Amino acid sequence: MSQLRSIKEINEKISKGQAVVATAEEVLSIVAEQGVEEAARRVDVVTTGTFGPMCSSGAFLNLGHTTPRMRMTKVYLNGVNAYAGIAAVDVYLGATEIPETDPANTNFPGDFNYGGAHVIEDLVAGKKVRLEALSYGTNCYPRRKLETYITLDDINEAYLFNPRNCYQNYNVAVNLSERTIYTYMGILKPELGNATYSSAGQLSPLLNDPYYRTIGVGTKIFLGGGIGYVAWQGTQHNPCVQRSANGVPREGAGTLALIGDLKQMKAKYLRGVSFLGYGVSMQVGVGIPIPILDVETMRYATVKDEDIVAQVVDYGEAYPQGSGGSLGEVTYAELKSGKIIVQGREVPTAPLSSYPKALEIAQLLKHWIEKGEFTLAEPVATLPSADSSIKMHKLTEKGGNTND
Amino acid sequence: MIKSKVVLRFPASVVEQPFIYTLIKEYNIIANILKANINPRKEGNMVVELKAAESDFKAGIEFLQERGVMVLPLERQIVWWEDRCTQCGFCTAICPTDALWMERPKMTVSFCSEKCIVCEQCLKACPARAMEALYQAEE
Repeated sequence: MSQLRSIKEINEKISKGQAVVATAEEVLSIVAEQGVEEAARRVDVVTTGTFGPMCSSGAFLNLGHTTPRMRMTKVYLNGVNAYAGIAAVDVYLGATEIPETDPANTNFPGDFNYGGAHVIEDLVAGKKVRLEALSYGTNCYPRRKLETYITLDDINEAYLFNPRNCYQNYNVAVNLSERTIYTYMGILKPELGNATYSSAGQLSPLLNDPYYRTIGVGTKIFLGGGIGYVAWQGTQHNPCVQRSANGVPREGAGTLALIGDLKQMKAKYLRGVSFLGYGVSMQVGVGIPIPILDVETMRYATVKDEDIVAQVVDYGEAYPQGSGGSLGEVTYAELKSGKIIVQGREVPTAPLSSYPKALEIAQLLKHWIEKGEFTLAEPVATLPSADSSIKMHKLTEKGGNTND
Repeated sequence: MIKSKVVLRFPASVVEQPFIYTLIKEYNIIANILKANINPRKEGNMVVELKAAESDFKAGIEFLQERGVMVLPLERQIVWWEDRCTQCGFCTAICPTDALWMERPKMTVSFCSEKCIVCEQCLKACPARAMEALYQAEE
């Protein structure tokens, strides 16, 4: 496949304000009018976007040193525990952490009104956050107790580090059981009462670059309203699943670990959310530019909702028990129509991932590139792809002593 | 027994009197205060659930009205805080009357209050907590 342009050449055009950029939605009509080859010749960059609940998210914070110094052992931010098993005043605040005082699901289904994701949102919104820290005290770090307030401006480094974002496709959740269930896919009414899904479909970053030909370690991205980078493949990165003829995985596949400066981010693109009976999560806005290096890249970037299928999975029994497979396949075009057919029955659908927000992000990223404010970064390593023979390990329970 | 939620409006001139105490003590009314505030002009506004035998209930309401307290029937209203809404659309699967609905294929969420039956299922279903039940007086 002959190369049309390099990332370096695209960046030169961006800095002159001459780059031709289209969102992954706009490019569909360009290709329909001009054909994929002509479109590839004309468009330099396609921007993608997604905005959905991404539980595997969190922030590293360096809180700064007190006088006298303290090696913080237990740290609470607005009552939410942040992991402090690292250096003296470094913590990791996970999005799904809830306060120890939260009744969780003791009064089922629990509300989960506030957690780590909400603390991150509050910090980004510039709000004061209550910091409580405890320590055992050492010669070098004598202080044992601290109660104060912090803001994002007060602290040193603050960066989002999300181990698993941007799932490349995902399950469609339904409930075959006779009771309402409360899941990370939302409330699922009994006996196929509704179906939920969570992907931006044709706008979703990894669905537009299904074999990770351009998205790799070091790719510069839009993260939560600021600039971030792909740090690594995400946890549960599983590129070897079944794929359609267009290369797009037919179920959850690749994932990305993302990093970015929290101080640049905006609360509208990082939102704490509460799933009734399940817990807290964070809606994360991500936008990834795809450099159109050749016709093949453009062909992949013009994937349409009707060409992406997802598996319908029963969260009443099959998913929690890890037993059973798919109840069938549906396309994102069908999901977006508002109803799908499962086991011969019409089932209303609703998304958990916001398509309008995903589009807003793709458009914003396009705008940044057009104005010359955002250049592309050359990946420094590729992500394991469909030829990697990665297999997901199941956790099996073993008896006996650790080192027998 | 009568059980009813009402809105009480206290003019500034009476706002410091212990009305709820009297309702409980003299009229055997079980009062459950749902919301109360006093504005900067010292006027009070209270949403309260009153439960009592019919005769006590009527006498209690008359007592309030005689002292200048306005007693208004309560209307619950569901409010969609558009700025808190992240347009995910999950609520549209929960809303039984399509008061919360999506414009397809744009997938934008809208709320039509005329269609809302105030079942309140959306309040906790909304992950971003963009729906709120406000108690307002019918006027």
